Amino acid sequence: MLFEKFDPLRGERLQILDPTGRVVRRDLEPALSDGDLRRLYALMVLTRVADRKALNLQRQGRLGTFASSLGHEACQVGAAFGLRPADWAFPYFRDLGLYLTIGFPLASYYHYWMGNEAGLTSPPGLNLFPLSITVAAQIPQAAGAGMAANYLKKSLAVLATCGDGATSEGDFHEGLNFAGVFRTPNVFVCYNNQWAISTPRSRQTASATIAQKALAYGLPGIQVDGNDVLAVLAAVGEGLDRARTGKGPSFIEAVTYRMGHHTTSDDATRYRDEAEVKEWAGRDPLDRFRAYLKGKGLWDEAAEKAVMEKSAADVEAAVAEAEARPAASAEDIFAWTFKDMPPRLAAQLAELKSVPGEAGR
Amino acid sequence: MMITMVQAINQALEQELARDPRVVVLGEDVGVDGGVFRATEGLFAKFGGERVIDTPLAESGFVGAAIGMTALGLRPVVEIQFMGFIYPAFNQILSHAARLRNRTRGRFPVPLTIRAPYGAGVKALEHHSESTEALFCQIPGLTVVVPSSPAEAKGLLLASIRSDDPVLFLEPSRLYRAEKEDVVEAPVERPLRLARIVREGNDLTIVAWGAMIPAALKAAEAAAGVSAEIIDLRTLSPFDEETVLASAAKTGRVLLVHEAPRQCGLGAELAAVIAEKALLSLKAPILRVTGPDITIPLPRTEDLYYVEAGRIGRGIRRLMEF
Repeated sequence: MLFEKFDPLRGERLQILDPTGRVVRRDLEPALSDGDLRRLYALMVLTRVADRKALNLQRQGRLGTFASSLGHEACQVGAAFGLRPADWAFPYFRDLGLYLTIGFPLASYYHYWMGNEAGLTSPPGLNLFPLSITVAAQIPQAAGAGMAANYLKKSLAVLATCGDGATSEGDFHEGLNFAGVFRTPNVFVCYNNQWAISTPRSRQTASATIAQKALAYGLPGIQVDGNDVLAVLAAVGEGLDRARTGKGPSFIEAVTYRMGHHTTSDDATRYRDEAEVKEWAGRDPLDRFRAYLKGKGLWDEAAEKAVMEKSAADVEAAVAEAEARPAASAEDIFAWTFKDMPPRLAAQLAELKSVPGEAGR
Repeated sequence: MMITMVQAINQALEQELARDPRVVVLGEDVGVDGGVFRATEGLFAKFGGERVIDTPLAESGFVGAAIGMTALGLRPVVEIQFMGFIYPAFNQILSHAARLRNRTRGRFPVPLTIRAPYGAGVKALEHHSESTEALFCQIPGLTVVVPSSPAEAKGLLLASIRSDDPVLFLEPSRLYRAEKEDVVEAPVERPLRLARIVREGNDLTIVAWGAMIPAALKAAEAAAGVSAEIIDLRTLSPFDEETVLASAAKTGRVLLVHEAPRQCGLGAELAAVIAEKALLSLKAPILRVTGPDITIPLPRTEDLYYVEAGRIGRGIRRLMEF
């Protein structure tokens, strides 16, 4: 119903909370328990604290190049909050909140960004495909997972996320086209954060919205306020319901802003105006949702202090766990190339290990 | 039963679809039409559109989709209509299919088979005749297989589909209907990563694959007084060094034959391995007979490019006269 109500071709955008946290569409407020509302906020806080920690670790040389999720907390947590254990997620490289929301261990997430493949391994039973670094490749992959779900007659949803830059890639269009043609149980969520490194949204597309691109592929598309976690959650929730009940794929453009640099290797001051960043700082997704919770009597200073302390403690524990994990061995970096190691690789591994100090570091 | 390579491929696909419900076939025109070479003929009627899937015309799209299918336990077999159209899918093959097992430490293996007709010698139009197998042989985690006869095609395709690694299965279009061979009805795999000695000999070793095998056989038969051993590499990556080195050590003369361009062709790697490990057994320099390093010409002049038995025969003489 949201997809019908908000037409991207007419510039309509779903917003439930305005930037001050006031409910502007009482009729569309998701029916969430008080516990779920608090959990939503706690996940956004954890995402922010964990993200900040990663940036600090990077500066200290304890973590590699990192793509910050600052500002995307409502998009990421809102996109993932409605996923059920049978559902699948195909995320991309800026998705910390999604990872945390579906219960991926933060220690593993850090472990990966510290430069270890083992960190990408989803725990058994967690239907999470590893994040895609190459842009938009996850979109046709997710469509294929949806085709498989249809073939296997499984009632589940397959979520895929991407940024606005991805919408210029061929794979984005091929994936959406497959989803439309095969009526897959997909939900595609684009975090339109206005910047792909230095390339502004205006240089990615001449379309008035990204959401309207979905229409060309026969998918319903909706644009939502990506800093309003309730709007994201409501739209994605409807998409997930559609997917699980055989109504096919859908597309959500969540309009947000990349508050940080593209990655720790980037300097955004080279190409964008500080005034723009300041303007978006006034639309912070956490401030907005906290104000909403306070307004409902669900939040106070004590609760804030508690969630901050718990997040900080969880993050410190995850860092300690990640740093305590052993680095990959020489065997590890060879063993997973093929199911069975060919003699050629075995010989190269032996060669590596035969040089003192080269292997096992 | 005497059947062609296309029929053998069709039989392998049919038997795997019947045996394993996780196997699906997808690509352009593979369903209703049965594929432009008829490799999937009859499969749509027998197994339905859910398992023999006509896709939109988008190579990256359907290779990507096939990768996603493996996450839910399927074992897709993708048909690329011609190898010349595989390049839009290169990112999905290199950065995803071949890499996922490693980047998830085994959590997401990709049991995907990508079939593609390739090679010259059939006077096809532009972009339909290239042999770019070497591009794919440098991709860690990707198995590259090329059959050289109907029975080989069936056995190796069965093994490829059953492999838990992604396999690029390149079918020499020149051999699709070139000859019939007695192929066993039963679904019997032929092993991956194992070269096959097609013809035993003592004077020189020819290493080749695909459509170069019948050409090499013809050349060997015509080379009077020379006992040529012919090795069909079959799996190009990772290839069977042991069989190649044993033969090189035995004969002391090595002729590497491929229709792909010479520069950085697989012959270069074979030559390097032989030089590294069997140099002192050699009686003559390693020789390559390959396509030249040019864009393959259009049909009117394709013969100037193509490696035929005559060129291989001249290579044999050069080696023997060294």
